[in-house]
Amino acid sequence: MVEMTGAKALIYALEKEGVDIVFGLPGGANLPIYDALVDANFRHILVRHEQSAAHMADGYARIKRKAGVCFATSGPGATNLITGIATAYADSSPMIAVTGQVPLAMIGKDAFQETDIIGVANPCTKYAFQPRAPEEIPEIVKKAFYITESGRPGPVLIDIPKDVQQSSANMKFPDLIKVRGYNPIIDADLTHIGKAVELLLKAERPIIMAGGGVILSGAFSELQVAAELLMSPVVTTFKGKGAFPENHPLAMGPIGMHGHAEANKIILEADCILAVGARFSDRSVGRFDEFGKGMNIIHMDVDPAEIGKNKSVDVAVVGDVKSSLRTLVKMLSKKIVKKNADYPWLKRRVELINYYAESIKDFPRDLTARKALKKLREILPSKAIATTEVGQCQMWASLHFDVISPGTFFSSTGLGTMGFGFPASIGAKAAMPEVPVVDIAGDGSFNMTENSLAVSVLDNLPVIVFLMNNYMLGMVAQWQRTFYNRRYMGVHQRCCPDYAKIAEAYGAQGIKVQSLQDLEKAIRSAIKTDVATVIDIPIDPEEDVYPFVAPGTGLKDMVTGS
Amino acid sequence: MTTTSASSYLNMSNVDDKTWYIVSAIVEDKPGVLFRITNLFRARNFNIESITVGSTENADLSRMTITTESDEKTLDQLVKQLRKLIDVVDVKVLDIERTVYRELALIKLRAVDPTSRMEITNFASIFRANILDISKETIIVEVTGTPDKIDAFKNLVNHYGIIQLARTGVSALPRGTHS
Repeated sequence: MVEMTGAKALIYALEKEGVDIVFGLPGGANLPIYDALVDANFRHILVRHEQSAAHMADGYARIKRKAGVCFATSGPGATNLITGIATAYADSSPMIAVTGQVPLAMIGKDAFQETDIIGVANPCTKYAFQPRAPEEIPEIVKKAFYITESGRPGPVLIDIPKDVQQSSANMKFPDLIKVRGYNPIIDADLTHIGKAVELLLKAERPIIMAGGGVILSGAFSELQVAAELLMSPVVTTFKGKGAFPENHPLAMGPIGMHGHAEANKIILEADCILAVGARFSDRSVGRFDEFGKGMNIIHMDVDPAEIGKNKSVDVAVVGDVKSSLRTLVKMLSKKIVKKNADYPWLKRRVELINYYAESIKDFPRDLTARKALKKLREILPSKAIATTEVGQCQMWASLHFDVISPGTFFSSTGLGTMGFGFPASIGAKAAMPEVPVVDIAGDGSFNMTENSLAVSVLDNLPVIVFLMNNYMLGMVAQWQRTFYNRRYMGVHQRCCPDYAKIAEAYGAQGIKVQSLQDLEKAIRSAIKTDVATVIDIPIDPEEDVYPFVAPGTGLKDMVTGS
Repeated sequence: MTTTSASSYLNMSNVDDKTWYIVSAIVEDKPGVLFRITNLFRARNFNIESITVGSTENADLSRMTITTESDEKTLDQLVKQLRKLIDVVDVKVLDIERTVYRELALIKLRAVDPTSRMEITNFASIFRANILDISKETIIVEVTGTPDKIDAFKNLVNHYGIIQLARTGVSALPRGTHS
């Protein structure tokens, strides 16, 4: 038992959890926490907008695979966090958001900068705490970390009234806690895995569909062993991009609305789908009713509520996918007769890849998104981390930027938050400073959080903004072109601002390129330099993203644009 | 969350593939739990007929009884999403055949003339209902029973003029040693 204030207890509890960095912005209602931060043994990164603090914590979490932490004050500080919290929730990212709240006696009085943030955050948090007394804080922090990181991860909010931060109490820091209503399943039922094995052994055209769950549980090697054992092609969801090395002889890339054509095609020809940590989202599978018809579907997921939510399946394996895959591999390897690399299903894989490589043409221009991203991949070391903004840039990244080293790619795939990539890349850089980190960006998204350049420069977290600039809200423009007869509305960003100058104004490096040769030089310079670099790459506003599965249609209705 | 329509409980077999279910949940007894659960129903588009919350044999746990008319798939999601909530300790779909379930209704009826009063009192006694209040123009009847019994009573006395009606929603426990 030690006597200290609630704020000090918070900081100490975070230290005990091994927190090494916090992203935040102070205000009236979290001043005691900031006072306690002065003596903390971890780093605080001052952001320029709370939304970015949440995205940075998220980016950090996705690379470290442990909770990122962000701080904000009450009211607008807390509501500014919400977009970032909702982003983390949609992508099952572990995050602890600590907000200040008006003093207990003021709650419900519509006080200055008061928001019922627990109420606001409820639909987009895994849980939310509001300590009513300082001595509750140590246990709450411990529980918050347990809840956010275990099972299916998701953000947890701790909303601390100012007087609870300020007042002192005898604190006990527990090493073990129990949350009665929360018992995530780790090891799946063996009989269910046995059934999955039976279906897989029967399958002539098996396919593995790897989702974000593989990345969250770090089941990379297990997935690879399973795929090689089954000699099964591997597609991923977009969230699962990089769960499997995309240069592997079984890799097919992401499926979905802007998935790889060969991936969208082959999954329709399969007779058994092994979905690992994937949730059959509309963007991945098109129409729920059409997808997987007549095939056996095995669904592995840590979240029981995902089973049957969008898609009824034949076998459900509920548990941590790393553990499930490990058991699956053990059971499979005893019974399986390994197929040769020239068996018809794998030949079909090669056939489809070759067919679409020839039939999908690049946009007729010297510098295109495809060429730019291929160049980036060529130069960037395979261990480098890439994230994206949202829109065309994101889908081009999905199509043309192969992830070689598993777990080095992430994006706001669920919520689709424009402005996510840049702050998230800074968070990723904080998690792994030794590798280059690239934000594959578009001008529309970069505009939204570009003030994080200050953080990147001042806190020595240099990242590369790979800005594919068509001065357009390009994806919206593409839809207006495709579905609204070119009646453009609200998509022209015009030539404002000058992104290289913006970068320079913040003390970063800004490079405008005109050709692939320029681009190559710029990428090399960006990797070498120790400040953030914005590479402004002109992209033709008419360049569309193909292939395309229109919303409300099935994968079979894919349009390749050529 | 609406109160029940008369016919829905009477025909418990498939109506448009929908069945009437009683879901019993044990939840933490602390602030915000009811909010989280009702918010979940709204966000996930679950249609609830009634919901009751009250204390249990454990001081720090509440029992929540939810009735819903639903297809199997939606019910499965409802149960799973409920279980996913941290404050929800246990969720069960009760087997109606092996469940005792009751609802209480207070019905304020117009009863100005002596004949009406007599008839209402007679009906009440047939339904083992209690008269709780009588004024010169009204009677308040307390009916307890399964929802269809309450519906039946309501239909019976409807023509006297129902001035106000309050139903509690269903409370339920499994019979015997079933837990």
